[in-house]
Parts: sequence; C-alpha cells; structure tokens
Amino acid sequence: MAQKTPGLLSRFGADTAFMSFVAILMAFLYIPIWVLIAFSFNDSRSLTWPLSGFTLDWYRKLWSNSDLIAAIGNSFYVATLATVVTLAVGVPAAMVLHKFDFPGKSVFRRLILLPITLPGIVTGISMLNMFKLMGFPLSLETVILGHATALLGVVVTQVYARLQRLPPSLEEAAFDLGASPWRSFIDITLPNIRSAIIGAGLLSFVLSFDEIPVTFFLTGRDNTLPMYIYSTMRRGVTPEINAVGTIIVLLSLILIVVAVIATRERKK
Amino acid sequence: MSFLRRNLPGMLVMGIPLMWIALFMLLPYGIIVTYSFWLKKYPTFIPAFQFGNYITIFTDPQYVRVFLRTLKISVLVSAASFLLAYPFAYYLVFRCRSAALRTWLYMAVIAPLWVSYLLRAYIWKTILGTEGVLNSFLMSLGIINEPSSLFLYNQFAMVVTLTYIFIPFMVMPIYTALEKIPTNLTEASADLGMGPWRSFWTVTLPLSLPGVAAGFTLTFCLSFGDFIAPFLVGGPDGNLIANVIATQFGAALNWPLGSALAIVMLVVVLTIVSLSDRMERKGMTGGV
Amino acid sequence: MAAIIELENISKHYSPTIIGVDNVSLTVEDGEFVTLLGPSGCGKSTLLRMIGGFEEPTGGAIRLADKDVTFDPPYKREVNMVFQDYALFPHMTIGENVAYGLKTFKLDKDTVRTRVKDALMLVGLYDKLNQRPQQLSGGQRQRIALARAIVRRPKVLLLDEPLSALDAKLREQMQIELKHLHEKVGITFIMVTHDQTEALVMSDRVVVMEKGRIAQEGRPQDLYDHPASPYVANFIGTTSFLPGKVSALSGGVATIAAGGTQITAHPDVTLSEGATVTVGVRPEKVKLLAEGETADNVFEGTIAEVIYYGLGLRISVTLADGSKIDADTLLPDKLSHSTLPQSGAPVRLGVAAHNVFVFEGTVTP
Repeated sequence: MAQKTPGLLSRFGADTAFMSFVAILMAFLYIPIWVLIAFSFNDSRSLTWPLSGFTLDWYRKLWSNSDLIAAIGNSFYVATLATVVTLAVGVPAAMVLHKFDFPGKSVFRRLILLPITLPGIVTGISMLNMFKLMGFPLSLETVILGHATALLGVVVTQVYARLQRLPPSLEEAAFDLGASPWRSFIDITLPNIRSAIIGAGLLSFVLSFDEIPVTFFLTGRDNTLPMYIYSTMRRGVTPEINAVGTIIVLLSLILIVVAVIATRERKK
Repeated sequence: MSFLRRNLPGMLVMGIPLMWIALFMLLPYGIIVTYSFWLKKYPTFIPAFQFGNYITIFTDPQYVRVFLRTLKISVLVSAASFLLAYPFAYYLVFRCRSAALRTWLYMAVIAPLWVSYLLRAYIWKTILGTEGVLNSFLMSLGIINEPSSLFLYNQFAMVVTLTYIFIPFMVMPIYTALEKIPTNLTEASADLGMGPWRSFWTVTLPLSLPGVAAGFTLTFCLSFGDFIAPFLVGGPDGNLIANVIATQFGAALNWPLGSALAIVMLVVVLTIVSLSDRMERKGMTGGV
Repeated sequence: MAAIIELENISKHYSPTIIGVDNVSLTVEDGEFVTLLGPSGCGKSTLLRMIGGFEEPTGGAIRLADKDVTFDPPYKREVNMVFQDYALFPHMTIGENVAYGLKTFKLDKDTVRTRVKDALMLVGLYDKLNQRPQQLSGGQRQRIALARAIVRRPKVLLLDEPLSALDAKLREQMQIELKHLHEKVGITFIMVTHDQTEALVMSDRVVVMEKGRIAQEGRPQDLYDHPASPYVANFIGTTSFLPGKVSALSGGVATIAAGGTQITAHPDVTLSEGATVTVGVRPEKVKLLAEGETADNVFEGTIAEVIYYGLGLRISVTLADGSKIDADTLLPDKLSHSTLPQSGAPVRLGVAAHNVFVFEGTVTP
C-alpha cells in the first residue's frame, strides 16, 4: 500500500511534536521550582544568575526566627482543626446529597460547592462582616471557621464521587442482614469511602495550611505561615523565603506520596 | 428508603451541613448584601438603602477600568491555560501508550496544587524581577546588556504567574472529559471515512466541551478573584478588583463600597458557574 | 401448610400517574417457591423490595407469619435478600461476609463459626472462607450471596434476578442448584425474574405481572396450558395469534372461523355466538401434516419462511386469510435439502382441539 509509509511518518512526526510540547510544559511547571530550591542554597543575598556558592546559612537563620516558628505552629493548629471540622460537616453533606431528596436540594448543592469557584476574598470579607457585626473577636479560631467553610466543597466533591460509585445494594444488604442505619454506615459505607475521606482530608490540610485570602481577613493578631511569608515579601525578596519555600515543597512532596499511598484503591 | 429519614442519625446527618450553610454562608452573604446598600460617613458608615455604591462601581472610570482589566486578565489566563492544557490532556488520553507514564505526567501537573499557592506566585517574582533570575540569566548569555524591566510589574507577568498557578484546574476537567469519550467513537468516525483532523473536530472536541467549560469556569473565576499575584507581580498599574476590595476593607475603610464590589464579584462568578452548568448538562455529562 | 407472607391490596404509587404496583394481593405458603415473572417495569422488583422492607407501600399491608411488617425497616424483618449484583462487601472476606448477618443475634464465637461453616458447606465453597469477593467468579459470588442470606435462617428468602449476571451455561446449572437448595433448606423462596424458562424450571407457583398488577398466577404447567390472556400466553412460551369469530357453541366445544377455516376448541372462558375472539396456538403444538394425515383442526397455507435453530425448524406459514402461524418441527434424522420444507411450498398444519387457546376480543400482540 502506497499510503502506509507517509502515514507512519506523519504519526512519528505528530508523536515528536506532542513529546516536545509535553517537555516544554514540564519545563514551564518545574524549572521555577528548581530555581526556588537552587537559590535557597546560594550564598548571595540577591537572587541573580549565576549562582555564587553553596551555603546553609538561610536555613540556619530560619531556625532562630521565633516569629516564623510561631507562625508554623499556628498554621499546624489552624490546618488540623479546619480539616477536622470540614470533614465533620462535609462527609454528612456528601451523604445528604447522595441519599436524600428534599426541596431545595439543588440550591443546597450549589451553595456547598460555591467556594470551589468563589474567590476566597468573598468568603473572607463576608465572614469578616458577620464576625464584626456579632462582636466576635478575630482570632485563629475565626480563621478555622473560614477555612472549614471554604474547603467544604473540596471534601464534598471527593466523598460524593466515591459514594456515587458505591453500589446502593451494599448498604441495603447490610440492612437486610440486620444492621441499623448507623451500624451499616460504620461497617459498610465508611470502610468503602475511607480512602476518599483520607484523600480529601489531606488535600484540605494542605490547602488550609497555605491559604491566604480568607486568612487575610479573618485573622487577629496571630499570623499563619503564609501570612508571615506574605508580610516578609512586602519588604522584598530574600533567600530566606526560598529556604522556607524549599522546606514547604519537600513537605508537600511527602504529603503527596502519603496521599497517593493512602488513597490507592484495593486492586483486584 | 424513608425509614432513614425518620431516625435520629438521619436527622443529624441532614442537620449539621444545613445549619453550617445557613450560619456561615447564607447569613454572611446576607450581611454583605445589606452592607452594600449602606452609606459611608467618615469615619464609619451608617445603615441606609441606596444604590450609590453600585452606581459608583459602574460609572466611576477608576472602577470601570479595574473591572475591565480584571476581565481581560482572567480571559487571557483561561485562554493560555487552555492552549497548554488541551494538547497535554489529549496526549495523555489518546497518544500516551504507557499507563505508567500517563499517571506520572498527570500527577506532575496536579502536584503543584499541593505546593503553596503563595510560593508559586513568589517564584515568578524572583524570576521575572529586574534584579531577577531571568534578567541576570539573559545578561550572562549576552542576549541583553542591561536588566530589562519588561518582565515584571505588568500584565504579562500577571498572566504568566496566574496561568502557572491555575493550570491544574484546566487540565483536570479536560482530562476527565477526554477520558470519558469511548475510543470506539473515534474508531467509528475513522471507519466512516473521517481523517484524524475531521474526527477530532467533529467527535472528540465537541464531546470534550463540557470539560473545557468546567476548566474555563475554574481558571476564570479563580483569576478573577485573585489579589496576591497582582500584588506581587502586577505593579502599580496591575490592581485587580480583589485588590480594590481588600483596600476598601483596609486603608480606605469603605466597607459598603467593598461589600458592593464583593457582591458584583459574587454575581459574576454565579453567572459563569450557571452558564457552564448549563453547557455541561447539554453535554449530558454527570458529576457534581 | 400455613401462609407465611400475605400481601393485602399492596400499592406503590410514586405519583398519581406513575404507578409501580397497583393493588396486588398474594398469599405465599410456607416452604413454597414462588416466582414473580414479568418484563422490566412491570412492578415485580418493587413488590419484592417492599416485602424486603427497602420500599414502603403507599397502600395495603404486608404480613409476615401473621405479623404486620408493612412499615418495618429491613433490619427488623425475618426475611433476607439475594441481590441482583450480590452486594458482597468488598472489604470483608467471604467468612466475614457470611458471618455479618449473625452479628445481631449475639451468638458465641463457636456457634457463629459452625453456622458459617454449615452455610458455606451447603453451597460447596467452604474452602473460600478467607478469600475476598473480588477473587471469586460470578457463579461463586452468587453462591456466597445465597449462603450469606441463608445463614440467618430467615422465614423467607427473596431473590432479585439472582441469575441474570451469569452466562447462559452457568445459569442453567444454577437453576437446578437453586431448586435443590430450596428443597434442602425448606425456606420459602420468592424470586423475581424476567426469564420465563427460569420461572418454569424452578418454581412451584408463578405470578405473572403486567403493569403493576397480577396478570395470572398458578403452577407453571397451568400457566403454560391455560393462559388467561394473550399477554400471559405470549410471555410464557411463544404463541401465534389469529383473529376469529365464534360460529357455533355446543357444550364445552366452540366452533370458530379463523385462519380461513372452521376450527374446534375447548375454551376456558364462556363465549357467545358471533363474538369476536383471538385464537392462540403454540408453535410446538402445531404439526406438519403429511399426505393423507389429518387432525382436529387443519390449516392450509404456504410456507413464508423457514428458520433453522439447531434443535429443529420454525416454519412460518401464511394462511388462506392472510394471517400467519408458526410451526416448530424437529429435524428429520437424515437431513437432506430435498426433505427440508421450502418457502413458497403449500403446506397443511394440524392442531388438536385442546391445544387451541381462545381469548375474548381482538389482540395485536
């Protein structure tokens, strides 16, 4: 067949084009991160090419920065509690969407999912207004409430998607075998959506840990880590931020690995 | 199963999220709607019902300009993300023959979501700055002789940074949409004599439109409300709406105007979400 | 025998226009194997789910062993269900799956172990005790689902299309196995299926459903030989229908003009002379008549089509008045093309009088 060779050739050409495209995209995504890491070890105060020499000074400086350490502590506190609260509200919300039909359900669904697309600033200032109006002092706790609300959509989408894939007959079988609704939730539903809950929880934790727009409006005197970095950035670019950033990248990487392992579904 | 609705755990399951939404979403939104009609009276503001704040937003050239600029930046970010994301997702779903490579590449694009959003904006500030990595790199290569201020503190920098930050939100829905297309559809199309390009235009692209719509919605809405990237890389002429809102609640201390701006933003986002919802439903794809 | 399940005017109306089950009354005897048969959407599954407690009727009452259970949730009913997709818990082993239903009985460990073992032995899968459902084949999963339901020793076992997910060969084998299991355990079985063969092979009694109502109930043989309506005649087995008119009646014998001739029949219903009727004949009861052979009723026509289906032939014949009738015939021992009936050839068909169904009115099946 005369057509065969050009067909193969064009397929080869298309493959090469696609590969190059993917390579460029990967470079766009990852060169900046390598730049961030490289300059955290550079012994010059300015971030200019070429690198001048290796140092761990910037990391050492972090260690003695008490504001930074406090901010990290605050971020852990906020992210942990926000994750717990958003799971406690989000998992039932996903169950409600999955199981019940009631008037206003579509409004309920939209509201819960709204913060995924709604810029954090709107959530931030609307809750700020409310807390001020009710005379509620701003604190890390108000930040937690804000984060839990903003992250609800993340938890609901993930858990809901898993629930939808669960055959309804599983729960019915549990009822049939004598389990009350509560027991069947514990024995049957929960083990089967566990990985989705863990995945959503980890993602919520990370998102809360480096959340800015909501925190910006709802925090009192205490700073979270991103708020601290943000205020440092206002003063200018320093390799110290690169050092913090490198640590954050590393921790994120570890969390991603944990998430992948934890949410991996049982293979057949 | 109606017996579920009658018992206590069932009520609790429904009650908690409903109360949360009422208390932390409906109530706060209600309050900013109310505030948006109030009057600023230095040094504070007083209850009123008037449309002054909205009129200011839509007539004062200062705000109109910011609004249009925000629209422009968001559209550019969505478009740039789309141009990068679509071929990538297409390659993963239809061209990449190794399942392991596919998983790795997909993960590689999604993973940055887990890395601090602030850092990802900050990186570009260090790269694009006058004293930054890109300038010094180009100088060391002899391509330019003196640092150029062309890269930072302009709209180009903002589009690059926001695209970098939000591109995963374009890749995810498009990938999902492409993955759902049964391969036998393109095979059927080829069988009916369509070339690869025509198959793409008449089968693959239309079927992936719901995913594209979802991607546009996410990237547009997220860019539309961003105020960190403009602050870091946007420069003096780079304020977006969110920066203006933040100012109203900070230095300018004009909560009513800030609330009205937030309501405008809310309405824009809701409109876009419902438009894309309608598109998705037309595409007859399920999901939340 | 005593009634174990009594359905009294059970209805399920989703809305005034959408009706799942309409005023169904049915009594099931203890130890019986009853099948609810009908096409999808006829309400058979809804009825079964109401007996199981997964849906509540909008009207009527359900009694289980003389106790009203109409609104009891499933976990308070002594009935168990074998689900269409088996619904085995993927995160539990086979042993844990089967033992799950014994949890509520608060038995001691040894009793649980023995009962799980007995149940698994019964279905011949005790060696799979520690495996997971995903590791088993479809047929094995089906058996585990049975064991998991039976281990609780329910008063009634409900089976929702239990064999529909299996391939044809396995399905036939499981039909017999289920029937034997029913005899062995002595529990009442109520099964839902859309497969008439399954219903006929397995059940003591078949309930044919149509649009939410019971069309007919009875022993498989009675339904087959005396269908109450064209719907039942066509759903159980195959039937050719001919329009006809009653020309004479005497005693239990009717003479009917149909298919271009006068035929005699023994109708199950009372008819009046001149009435418009529909005559039904099963293809397997129609005989190809050889030269000089005769029968109660003889139709003459031409062969329209011959379909070969391995075991035999189905011959479609156009009669003198234009109506069509099918005849099944086994293949002759020595098959050669010359002996095969050819389309277009004239043919004579014989049907015994007692094999003719007569229904009132006209039907377009």
